[in-house]
Amino acid sequence: MAEPFKILNSRTVVLTDENIDTDQIIPARFLTTTEREGLGRLAFHDWRYDSEGRANGTCVLNRIAPCAHRILVAGRNFGCGSSREHAPWALTDFGFRAVVSTEIADIFTSNALKNGLLPVVVDQATWDELASKPGGTAAIDLESCELRFGNHVAKFKVEAFARRCLLDGVDTLGWLLGRLPQIETYEGLRAP
Amino acid sequence: MPSPRSRTLFEKVWDSHLVEPEGDDRPGVLYVDLHLIHEVTSPQAFTALAERGLKVRRPDLTFGTLDHSTPTLPTRADGKRPYVTAEAESQVHKLEENCLAQGIDLEGWDSPNRGIVHVMAPELGLTQPGMVVVCGDSHTATHGAFGALAFGIGTSEVSHVLATQCLLQRKAKTLRVTVDGTLAPGVGGKDLALAIIAALGIGGGTGSVIEYAGEAIRALDMDGRMTVCNMSIELGARAGMIAPDETTIAWLRGRPRAPQGAAFEQAAQRWRELASDPGAVFDREVRLDASTIKPMATWGTTPDTGIAIDTNVPEGQSRARDYMKLKAGQPIAGAHVDVVFIGSCTNGRISDLRAAADVMRGRKVSGGVRALIVPGSEAVRREAEAEGLDKVFLAAGAEWRLPGCSMCIAMNGDLVAPGQLAVSTSNRNFEGRQGPGARTVLASPATAAASAIAGHIADPRPYLEARHG
Repeated sequence: MAEPFKILNSRTVVLTDENIDTDQIIPARFLTTTEREGLGRLAFHDWRYDSEGRANGTCVLNRIAPCAHRILVAGRNFGCGSSREHAPWALTDFGFRAVVSTEIADIFTSNALKNGLLPVVVDQATWDELASKPGGTAAIDLESCELRFGNHVAKFKVEAFARRCLLDGVDTLGWLLGRLPQIETYEGLRAP
Repeated sequence: MPSPRSRTLFEKVWDSHLVEPEGDDRPGVLYVDLHLIHEVTSPQAFTALAERGLKVRRPDLTFGTLDHSTPTLPTRADGKRPYVTAEAESQVHKLEENCLAQGIDLEGWDSPNRGIVHVMAPELGLTQPGMVVVCGDSHTATHGAFGALAFGIGTSEVSHVLATQCLLQRKAKTLRVTVDGTLAPGVGGKDLALAIIAALGIGGGTGSVIEYAGEAIRALDMDGRMTVCNMSIELGARAGMIAPDETTIAWLRGRPRAPQGAAFEQAAQRWRELASDPGAVFDREVRLDASTIKPMATWGTTPDTGIAIDTNVPEGQSRARDYMKLKAGQPIAGAHVDVVFIGSCTNGRISDLRAAADVMRGRKVSGGVRALIVPGSEAVRREAEAEGLDKVFLAAGAEWRLPGCSMCIAMNGDLVAPGQLAVSTSNRNFEGRQGPGARTVLASPATAAASAIAGHIADPRPYLEARHG
């Protein structure tokens, strides 16, 4: 279980492309792993490296210190495509703790929340402002559900249970295991 | 008495699977009837259970298959399977070990039922109307063609289902896509799916469960319905569903894992009641006219860039157009083709192979084009070979492979070389999806087959008319 998430203060990295799909976040050919650790080196692999494995110097992700840039600001419909949880595993291992976009795909959102990677959906004006200053600093406050940068304060929404799990470091599977009596009752009622 | 409120198909399935309803502070606890697993998204979930000393709670409701990392070439002379890497092989072995240890049925290498998870489970009758079906795979919506609520989940959720048979879920919004009219000859389920996605946009279904309805949907066979539901995720939708009807029931009758005899007739009666009630209200409604749809092909790097095959590549989205090496205003038909791939959970079923064979029979794949034809399952392979379709493909100069996901996701070594253009019957044309630098055009099996013969993106209708006209 990820450590509790309260306030994240960090610099941003901006990828303005819309519809950044999970094949960009981690290409499918790397999914033969049976581990979940150490995938950060594969995050955005084909954006960061050419076919010979040489680093692409024009890719912003190769020009930052990941631990100082934990907020990924990305174009609309981030994380579309497959259900691979390898996508948030790769992003968190790379160093990201939050993704800010105007729209984030459903399965990616669900997977991210389970891995201490906060999906933050904001309005277009807020996004435009934030994306106009790549490398700028921002604060993401999960307690107040506020994104703050410069003089800007934007509210965002996080599903209530997932927010509680992140704030308190609640183990979701452990919570669900606590519902086993109800699950058994349900099974008993519908048994043929 | 239960409330007489009119409900949608989705709401009926949702309501009947709630162990606990959702509240402001917590999601609902949703029961899962069928959990499908494969080698790629399950190993870390089994590890999560092992770390807690947990067993799989309902191995009897869990079914495994090998599909993503599996080679589609036969065993080599030394008796070894030609895995792309040792890691791919070890991933397959991991699933074999996990299923054996937990008492889960696995359709492995020696099984006559092995296949792509979304092809083999319906074939066996595992997928049934009114079920909740999940799998660590975004194309799980395929099973919605039977009136099941079926959706893809991440690996953490795979561990939740393995451990509890349940998921924490918020109820989705509802979107009905009604397709009136009749599809023209040479236009099929894939063209319809691409037209729907082009109309709604890649994020057009985010947060919603789609119900596909209308005359054109009713007229589709089960293979066509599965193709349409399969691509719901390309709209960002949580799931896609079609109400079960006599087509569904006839298809399921006699399937080995479906109810048998009198139990089947009783089940069928319940399935007929799943259709959305008259007057059921959807959060959003969209209508399309099937009669205006032509064979479709995508020009960009998102699945919503489908256009009619006799039209031109549009302006805008220059990054995608540059990646595809296409020019605004050029006809999409006529673009040079290097590779044709026919298969996948979208279009790897028997009717897809028949449609491709109809075009290829007695013709030759154009010089320089590599055509790869991969049945969706062992059952599809047997049926195709019994009909002689493999001979048609081989005589045309195409490759006929063993079942698997193959070049759709390009994890197993079946991939498109950098810069090459592939006409593919799969579901995603993202940058690099079929291999680094690969350029993908999504199309129907008939269009893919016609493009293989022509050597460029081609309208299948003249090929079919020459045959039938």
